[in-house]
Amino acid sequence: MGNSHDRSPVRSERNGDIAIIYASDYLNKLSGERVERECRVQLDAGCRALVVDFKNTGLVNSIGVSIMLGVIDAAERASAPLVFSNVNAQAAQLFEILGLTRHALLARDEADALAMLSEVNAPPHGRQVPVGRHT
Amino acid sequence: MTDQTTKLIHAFSALADLGEELADTRDFEEMVRSTLHVVLGSLGVMRGAVAEYVQTDDLLRFVAAWGLGEDTPEKFPLDSRNAEIFSTADPRALSLVDQEQLALIETRLGTQLTGALRELHVSLVVPLVVHKKFVGVILLGGKATGESFTSDEREVVRTMARHIGVGIYNHRLLREVEQRAEENRGLYEDLRTIYKDTVRAFAAAIDCKDKYTQGHSERVGKYSEIIAREMGWSEERVEGIAVAGYLHDIGKLVVERDIINAPYKIDAKQSSELNRHPAAGYEILAPINHPFADIPLMAKYHHERIDGRGYPEGLTGEQIPLGAKIVSVADSFDAMTTDRTYKRRKVFTEVVEDFRKNAGKQFAPEVLAALCRALLKEVQGETKERRMTKLLGKDYLEAAECAPLLIELIAELESGATLAASSA
Repeated sequence: MGNSHDRSPVRSERNGDIAIIYASDYLNKLSGERVERECRVQLDAGCRALVVDFKNTGLVNSIGVSIMLGVIDAAERASAPLVFSNVNAQAAQLFEILGLTRHALLARDEADALAMLSEVNAPPHGRQVPVGRHT
Repeated sequence: MTDQTTKLIHAFSALADLGEELADTRDFEEMVRSTLHVVLGSLGVMRGAVAEYVQTDDLLRFVAAWGLGEDTPEKFPLDSRNAEIFSTADPRALSLVDQEQLALIETRLGTQLTGALRELHVSLVVPLVVHKKFVGVILLGGKATGESFTSDEREVVRTMARHIGVGIYNHRLLREVEQRAEENRGLYEDLRTIYKDTVRAFAAAIDCKDKYTQGHSERVGKYSEIIAREMGWSEERVEGIAVAGYLHDIGKLVVERDIINAPYKIDAKQSSELNRHPAAGYEILAPINHPFADIPLMAKYHHERIDGRGYPEGLTGEQIPLGAKIVSVADSFDAMTTDRTYKRRKVFTEVVEDFRKNAGKQFAPEVLAALCRALLKEVQGETKERRMTKLLGKDYLEAAECAPLLIELIAELESGATLAASSA
């Protein structure tokens, strides 16, 4: 089973235990796989929550959706909460219809995403993977 | 926009993506992986796989998988009976979560295969069938929404499956054609090798007949090849002229050995008999379907001269095929640079002088110039492969002495000065 030949890195940042990964302008196979790979790298490196930021993303195609489902799967396997931030209205509707928002939160922006994750991680109620669309 | 409209647009867009991915045939596995992504992404399915049916091995080979975990097998046994069931399966998309269908699937495919699919968390099995042939299967896990597949969604998957099936089927055809082409290439290479070996064997046989000129035919072949390449001939034509060089004296096979090996000056009758060899060579070579053009003619005319004083037909200038002019120069060059029982070889300055004297008379100046350029390149170390130096012996070409001679002669030949001088 093949792998993408493209190995160029995607932009990401760490905020404590949280990794923020920035998707590119068009989330297709090439760019999607880079995001997915980076998410896995961050999870393997011990990060405990993920934010995928779509600030620069205009269009998400079917392959992009599939790859985001892969990110969800990876995050769930690592019990890491996942937030999609800065998702435009069209992509947000798609994520909602296709069920991605049942596994990941949507946040207005990166700061909002970090705030949501800090709530999730806050004691004493313990960790809980948030479900549902943030408005 | 309503959810239903958005979903429909997304499905249409996915079909367009699918077409684009299927059109990219450079990497089969990558193509299948992309199409799997399209299917998963169009319906929001978390995991799935595409496997192709390998009839010869009775198995399903997983070409692409996503989200099934690292333990996903690379292949899966599937006997021809089950493949047959898949190819006629109705409904086309089999649900492993639907209890009624599950019972049907278990009956058809057996509990072992069905159990294995369930272990992979497969909930929908979509056979890929093209021209009633089972070519593979799409295995889909559950939807991210947690809901069951709707009939519309199954229809979308079935439509996509038809396209993906055709993609796999076409790839197989392409693979078969490539395999045949590869086999044919191998056969062709074998034939070429046999042909070349045969040519070499003939050359050896020709040279055996003449005890003074051992290796002559092979050397003429090599010199002809070097000259032709220097003249910018294509590799295929270069290969052809090498063969012509190897076989140029094949007509000597019909000339009496005593005449060929006479250690004295032969008389007119014997000379006439010996001079039959180019025409006899043509007679031998003409009926053979050579992979290269004009080989018989090159043998026939390698003793023709530019000035018309050659044989067998006394052709002049442009009447003589260029290939024959090349073989003629190569032949004479080897004759001048090898020892014979009755004659020591010429030193290089004498060879240069002979060329100068006979340019435009016996030899074509452009062919002589090409030979001299090739020699000069070796003398000056411009070519790594010093083929002529090896043939001539390492001490024959003294760089310090040869280079200025060659440079001067090349200038004369290329400017036409030699021709003018020799005509005067």
